[in-house]
Amino acid sequence: MRSLIDTYFLRGIAVTAEKNMRIYYRKAPVVIFGLLFPLFMFVAFFIGRELEIDLFFPAFLAMTLFFTSSSVGPLITPWEKQARTFERLLSYPLTVGTLILGDMAAGMLFGAGISVLVLLLGVAFVGIGISSVVLFLVALLLGAICFASMGVLLAAPASSSPSNIMMLSSLIRFPLIFISGIFIPLGELEGLRLAVSYASPLTYLVDAMNHAAGGPTSMHVAVDIVVLIVVSAIFLIAATAIQKRSLTKGL
Amino acid sequence: MSNDHLALEASHLTKLFGTLKAVDDVTFSVQRGEIFGFLGPNGAGKTTTIRMLTGLLTPNEGRVIVNGIDLHDHMIKAKMQMGVIPEVGTTYVDLTAEQNLALTGKYYGLSRERIRERTKELLGALGLYERRGDPVRTYSKGMRQRLSFACAIIHEPNVLFLDEPTEGLDVQSRRLLVDMILELNMKGCTIFLTTHNIEEANALCQRVAIINKGRLVALDRPEALRSSFEKTQSLEVSFDPRIATDTLCFGHVSKIETSGDKMILYTDDPHATIKQVVDVAQQEHARILSLRTRGPSLEEAFIMLTDDKRPGCEIVD
Repeated sequence: MRSLIDTYFLRGIAVTAEKNMRIYYRKAPVVIFGLLFPLFMFVAFFIGRELEIDLFFPAFLAMTLFFTSSSVGPLITPWEKQARTFERLLSYPLTVGTLILGDMAAGMLFGAGISVLVLLLGVAFVGIGISSVVLFLVALLLGAICFASMGVLLAAPASSSPSNIMMLSSLIRFPLIFISGIFIPLGELEGLRLAVSYASPLTYLVDAMNHAAGGPTSMHVAVDIVVLIVVSAIFLIAATAIQKRSLTKGL
Repeated sequence: MSNDHLALEASHLTKLFGTLKAVDDVTFSVQRGEIFGFLGPNGAGKTTTIRMLTGLLTPNEGRVIVNGIDLHDHMIKAKMQMGVIPEVGTTYVDLTAEQNLALTGKYYGLSRERIRERTKELLGALGLYERRGDPVRTYSKGMRQRLSFACAIIHEPNVLFLDEPTEGLDVQSRRLLVDMILELNMKGCTIFLTTHNIEEANALCQRVAIINKGRLVALDRPEALRSSFEKTQSLEVSFDPRIATDTLCFGHVSKIETSGDKMILYTDDPHATIKQVVDVAQQEHARILSLRTRGPSLEEAFIMLTDDKRPGCEIVD
C-alpha cells in the first residue's frame, strides 16, 4: 500500500509538471509576467546609467528567477477551473499535495531554466564570474522552489478567473523587488527600510547570489539558505491547506 | 454478510454547504456489472453526490466504498478503480487527442506501449483516429465528448461514472457513446450514470435512483418507475389566433406553461382535456394549429414522487 502511494505520488507530481509545461509555458500571462517584465525592469534600471553590470548581475539574476518561477503557478488552477478541466484532473489518482507539488515543479523548472540561460548569456557576453558554482546552483534551486511555491500559494484560493489572480500576484510581486536589495543594495538601507527588506524572501536569494558571485553580502549564507527552505515549506503547506478548502470553488 | 457483489456502496451520505443540506442521508448500492441511473432535476444534489462518490468532495457524514475499498481511507487505490466523466469535464484543448490520452494514461501508471495500444484502439472505436494529431480546440462538441469518454476508460476501470454524458450531443455522437457504454458493461464494467433524460435511463439502466432536494425519493427498475409516471401527462397545443391562458383553466388541468407559441397543459385526464380544448377553440373562433399529448417527464415524476401536487390551476409564463 505504502509503495503504491509512493509510486503514484511521485508519478502524479511528474505527470502534473509535464502537463503544466506543455500547456502553460506558452500562455501569454506567463510570457508577459515571467519573461518580459524582468527584462523591462532590467532595461529601465540600467539604460542611461553608469552602473557596473558585474555588481548588479546577481541581483538581476535573482529578480529574473523571482519573476519567472512565480509566474506559472498563479495561472494553472484558475485556468483549469475556467477551462473546465480541473474536475477531471481531480478525478485522477492524485492528492491535493501531488497537484501542488506538480504545479510548483513546473514553475521551478521554468524559473531555473530561464535563469540558467540568462546566466550563460551573462558569462558569454558580459564576462560575469561565479566564485562558487555549487553555492550558485543551490541558491538557484532554492530560489526557484521558494518562488514557484509562492506562485502556487497565490493561486490556491482561486476561483475561475485567471486575470484576477494574475493581478493579485503582480500586486504582491512588484513591491517585493523594490525592498529586496535588487536596485538598492542592502548595505545602503537602514531603519524601517532595512527591517522591511528582511521580511522579503527575495532579499535572502539576492544575498545568496551575491555570496556565490563574490559580491557584497549582508548575512551569513547559512541564514539565506535556511530562510529560503523554511519559507518554501510555509508556502507549500499553506497552499495545500488553502487548496483543500477551495477545491471545488468555481467548478 | 459479504458485499463482494457490490461495486459501489454509498451509506448515509450527507453534504452541507454552510447551512444548506445539498445531500441528505443518501444510501444506495450498485451491483457489479450493473448500469445504474441517478436522476434528478438541476439542483437536486446529483452532481454533489457524484462528486462525493468520486472523492472530489468529502461528505460531512457517511462513507463510500468502491469495489470493497473505502474511498476516504484509501483514496488513491479507490480512484484507480474508477473512470470519471464529469458534467463539465473537458479535455485540454491545447493538446491533441493523443497527448490527452497519453497524459491520462500516465496518471494511471500505464506503460508507454499500453498507452499506444489503447490510444489506437479507443480513437479508432470513437471515430477520432484520423484527427488524433489535431489540437482539441479544433474539435466539435461531440468529438470532445467522445475524447473525454476515451480518457475516462483508457485504464479500463471497474466502475465508470458518467455525469450527463450525452447532454447536448448530436445523434451520431450520442449513439456512439451509448454503444460504447453498453459494450463496456458487457465486458463487466459497472456504470453509474446521471441524466435528465428518462428515456435514456429507461433504455440503458437496470435500476434507477431519483434524487430531489438532496434526498433519495425513489429507487427501482425504470419500468416500475415509469408505470407510476404515467399517471401525470400533458398536452401541447397551439392556437391561431393565440387565446388567453386562463380560458384553459378547467377541470383536470393542474398547471399551464407557455413555451414559444405553444401552451403545455398538465392534466391527469388527457382524453377529457382534449375535448375541452376543442370546445374552447370553437368558442374563441381560434384554429388549433397543433395538438399532441406528451409522455411523462422527469419533472412530472417528481410532482408525484415528492408530493408536489398543487390544488387548482397554476399558470407559468
